[in-house]
Amino acid sequence: MTRWGMAIDLDRCTGCEACVVACAAENNIQTVGEEQAREGRAMHWLRIERYYEGEFPDVRTRFMPVLCQQCGAAPCEPVCPVYATYHNPEGLNAMVYGRCIGTRFCANNCPYTVRVFNWFDAEFPAPLDSQLNPDVSVRPGGVMEKCTFCVQRIQAGKDEAAQEDREVADGDVKTACQQSCPTKAIAFGDLDDPDSEVSRWAESPRAFSLLGDLDTRPGVVYLSGTEWREPAE
Amino acid sequence: MTDRPQASARALDGELLGRLDRRRPGLLVGSLASGVLVLVFFYCWGYQIANGIGVTGINRPVFWGFYIINFVFWIGISHAGTLISAILRVTKAEWRRPVTRSAEAITLFALAIGGLFPLIHLGRVAIFYYMIPYPNSRMLWPNFRSPLVWDIAAITTYIIGSALYLFLPLIPDAAVMRDRAAAGLKKRFYAVLALGWRGTAQQWHSLEWGIRILAVAIIPVAVSVHTIVSWDFAMTQTPGWKSTIFGPYFVVGAIFSGIAVLMIAMALLRRGLALERFLTDRVFNNLGLLFVTMSLVWGYFTFAEHLTVWYSGDLFEKLVHHVLLHGDFAVPFWTMVVVNLVIPVAVLSFPRGRRPLPTALVGCGVLVGMWLERFLIVVPALSTPRLAYSIGDYMPSWVELGIMIGAVGVFACLYFTFTQLLPIVSVWEMREGWRHAVSGGESGQPSEAAPTSAAASPAAGGGAA
Repeated sequence: MTRWGMAIDLDRCTGCEACVVACAAENNIQTVGEEQAREGRAMHWLRIERYYEGEFPDVRTRFMPVLCQQCGAAPCEPVCPVYATYHNPEGLNAMVYGRCIGTRFCANNCPYTVRVFNWFDAEFPAPLDSQLNPDVSVRPGGVMEKCTFCVQRIQAGKDEAAQEDREVADGDVKTACQQSCPTKAIAFGDLDDPDSEVSRWAESPRAFSLLGDLDTRPGVVYLSGTEWREPAE
Repeated sequence: MTDRPQASARALDGELLGRLDRRRPGLLVGSLASGVLVLVFFYCWGYQIANGIGVTGINRPVFWGFYIINFVFWIGISHAGTLISAILRVTKAEWRRPVTRSAEAITLFALAIGGLFPLIHLGRVAIFYYMIPYPNSRMLWPNFRSPLVWDIAAITTYIIGSALYLFLPLIPDAAVMRDRAAAGLKKRFYAVLALGWRGTAQQWHSLEWGIRILAVAIIPVAVSVHTIVSWDFAMTQTPGWKSTIFGPYFVVGAIFSGIAVLMIAMALLRRGLALERFLTDRVFNNLGLLFVTMSLVWGYFTFAEHLTVWYSGDLFEKLVHHVLLHGDFAVPFWTMVVVNLVIPVAVLSFPRGRRPLPTALVGCGVLVGMWLERFLIVVPALSTPRLAYSIGDYMPSWVELGIMIGAVGVFACLYFTFTQLLPIVSVWEMREGWRHAVSGGESGQPSEAAPTSAAASPAAGGGAA
């Protein structure tokens, strides 16, 4: 069985945010505008967290791309009253937009604060509507959403493999963020396949899980060669 | 009412019911004011439905705001009635008699409003029924692991139980109203409520057993409701929420705020309907003692909660703790401690403080304090997430404020209407208590419940028990 996972090499990340842009374009993410963003309503499924170390002028910035960790024991799932978020057999925390009634309980129970909410109906005024991705639904207002690991690309990869009568090979599916990363800091694939790139990265001595002591068993592994300070400091 | 022919009993009935017939300008003004607030409530809710939940001030990471605070607050207030009245009935406290009806009415109306807030809070209220287990062609069920689904089960049970518990003791009084009303719409209204009550021994027997069973059964329901409300928070792993003490802490807080609103309502009723003879100083003294006890228990729970968090040294828990006690939320936190603990203990420890006006004023303070408590549970924990990058802020919008104030109006409107239509003091229970007192059935009961009018004869007794 496939277990989709991602590995992010923080030592390669330059914080350029190309992944953020690619994610928004791929997944029809609503742009909310300056005013709403200031109120804490920006909708990015993937954000680059910046943490500063040292005193000016000897400041060093560390970048941390944070997206849905696709937890194996996800705190968001049991609290949803309507099964709008559930665990699929391939290890994804799937969202059923049509089922979501907007209690926002899942977002409260996410230790990574990666879930975003459609506070208003999405607007894509012309000509923006002609660049919408036809493989991804546009979510209505009042609905929760988050990173899906580009589930539409996973589906396309599986369809293509099925047509060619073969198994999905490592590298067949590339997420939008992975594809757009200029330093190739992101690996994506099957964590249950020991030979896949993501599995090899996850075996690295530099690998760690974000907030690992919560035991949410994330599907995202981070790699860093240097000690991280406590994130809350 | 064939078996209660005594003139004195009639005099008591007349005295209580006569208050209902009189129009009071204060009540009229109150009804109009609450009517305006009802309009505000529905305008704001309609505006929010039309424009989207984004018209509120909630954001990421503070996904829950005023609506959830008010939900917990109103469910807490609902514990004024059914729970307190059930405990008093089960323990056969004689001074319960003038209190129970008004308390039970508060419960029902506060629950109705409290139950609305989670719906107002929803992003897509039109499909709220996805949370309800109902048979459907796609065999889709709600997620029974979610505390929100437990909430629905608990609150629905509580509303039905409270409605029954309000209604049962109302039947004999509705029959009296029916018998007094002139033929017409009014008479038919009371006739429907009276369910064909004739006051036979069999009917009295069934009624008393019904009340007895409900009074015992409703206590665990009331406790479970606020426990489950607390689990909306305590079942998560959000720092500041995951706490094993939350269940009993919420129940105590609910009873505390319930007594507060009961004290205010009783002081108002006593003045507004001139019920000094029935809602006596002694009732206020007794409730005041219960009130200060709950204040101390609440203070104990608050102390235990914060001490364990502080002692644990858990990084994320300590952050939430810090903003509460010393940081952005220090002013509301210490205000809460003053109005919930310092003032009630300072005032209610003395007999002079347990009179209607001071208890009602302390009650107002406790309502503010208990609202602040819910605010301090919801907002600081959410605005201080684990990943410091997402630390946020929350300011309610006018829509949230409008709905919050409007809800008070909806409650007042329901309560005024109820008071106008039905006896807010249980007439037959008063009569029964007075009979106990004059026949010496309850030793040590002063005759305060008995009317002192000339028509009241000490020999009067009888009636079905």
